[in-house]
Amino acid sequence: MTTTPDFIVPANTITPANQPDTLQPQLAVSARNVVRQFGQRKVLDGLNLDIKAGEFVALLGRSGCGKTTLLRSLVGIDQVSSGTLTMAPQRAAVFQEPRLMLWKRAWRNVALGVRKPNLKQLALDALAEVGLSERAEAWPATLSGGEAQRVALARALVREPQLLLLDEPFAALDALTRIRMHQLILALWQKHKPAVLLVTHDVDEALLLADRILVLADGKVAAEIPNTAARPRHADDPALQRKRRELLGLLGVEEAAPFVASSAEASQPITAHTPPERVAA
Amino acid sequence: MSLSLPQTGLPNSSAAPRWRIQARHFSGLSRFASPLVLLVIWEVASRTGLLPAHIIAAPTSIVSTFADMVASGELPRHLWVSLARVAKGLALSITLGTVLALVAGLSRKGELIVDAPLQMLRTLPFLALVPLFILWFGIGEAPKLALITFGTIFPVYLNLYSGIRSIDSKLIEAGISLGLSRSELITHVILPGALPSFLVGLRYALGIGWLSLVVVEQINATEGIGYLVGSARDFMRTDIIVVCLLVYSLLGLLTDALVRLIERHALAWRPSFLRS
Repeated sequence: MTTTPDFIVPANTITPANQPDTLQPQLAVSARNVVRQFGQRKVLDGLNLDIKAGEFVALLGRSGCGKTTLLRSLVGIDQVSSGTLTMAPQRAAVFQEPRLMLWKRAWRNVALGVRKPNLKQLALDALAEVGLSERAEAWPATLSGGEAQRVALARALVREPQLLLLDEPFAALDALTRIRMHQLILALWQKHKPAVLLVTHDVDEALLLADRILVLADGKVAAEIPNTAARPRHADDPALQRKRRELLGLLGVEEAAPFVASSAEASQPITAHTPPERVAA
Repeated sequence: MSLSLPQTGLPNSSAAPRWRIQARHFSGLSRFASPLVLLVIWEVASRTGLLPAHIIAAPTSIVSTFADMVASGELPRHLWVSLARVAKGLALSITLGTVLALVAGLSRKGELIVDAPLQMLRTLPFLALVPLFILWFGIGEAPKLALITFGTIFPVYLNLYSGIRSIDSKLIEAGISLGLSRSELITHVILPGALPSFLVGLRYALGIGWLSLVVVEQINATEGIGYLVGSARDFMRTDIIVVCLLVYSLLGLLTDALVRLIERHALAWRPSFLRS
């Protein structure tokens, strides 16, 4: 058994494949025939993907379909085995966990790695944008889950990314906080217009937020669904409901008949129904 | 005072409160009664000649010797020399230990090169190296510092290394995604993240530092607490020996307080400190 240490600091994370100068200006991501192999297993297998500047794209797929691998390559913490992956040079990521440095106060976390003058003001401005001005001096351990995730979002924003990568950033939040985060992310996107790639398990989240929804399967983009409904969107919009069924079908989820509580059923305790509006993909 | 009631199912439950009252009594001045009585017996035995001064000096004469040594500046001078020795030795071992821990902690190759020999050397009783160190470094200041360094480097290295290895790799990835350079990763992510473990190592290292002082300052020293003990032995000054022993134990206590102070400031971000 080979025991690999849990991390090794890579000396250089820039692969020959991601030279930013070859990217067309109107694209934030361009992937051509991207393959990522771990031993014999091809996690990404001939993936093609374009994301236009300012476009909001959601990426759905079952566990193990290569979503996270693709995102890691885009963030710059993993390399592709072959193919061409080009992306905008200014990128920032928000992960499922806030990944804050517990030993740095909130604003210092936001400012970490930013090479600009007037660092503190920039960090405070970014925190104000996510509504956390008054928590700038707080230690991360004292923040709630939603607050910590907003700090992580401010940390991404302060880098003025052309490409914002979101890896299930709302998955660990409670439902109410998640709704507020959806609104926040949309507002920030509309203001700053970065291209966004949102990796999610949540079909409704994808439908509410994205311009285009990609379904990843077997390391490729298996389906692509444009989703240009006007915003603000509501989950109960019939057009979205149709797309939802379509997406669930693509993801291989048999949808149960919508749960309607009749007067007889309503009096009975509900025990083991899967809530129809939250189906994990 | 927090004595919880024993859950032994005593038939007479009214016994428990009485027991608690007794315990509270104990925690007061009565705790010092027994040591005080022993001191008085010691003093009386010394005064009556039952305990001769070459076996052990009387408590009052120890106190007055202590006061004299402080007033004459003798004790502070020797103490200062000893402190400086430990400080220099620790500075060396912390620097070296940190570099080695980073090399071993951050690369597989470094781990292979550094960790195995250090793990082997660690098992040596380092005080047994005194003869070798005298041959290598002579009898001046060098073998003293070398021995303190050698003794204290292991707790620093081992704890920092394990601290570095237990940092969440997700934080490292986050750091990379934020565009941190390798050295920025080390200063902003890896070392602060491993600081709690390092401070545990520092506490051990300081203890070993005082311990090695006792031995190294008997090697041809002309200054230092260890020297003071050695010369007091030659003149059968048990009062000075006891004063030095007290200084050693005070140093231990002060060290602990010092590390705790460092922890309170450097680890203010930890949830356990934030709650308190």
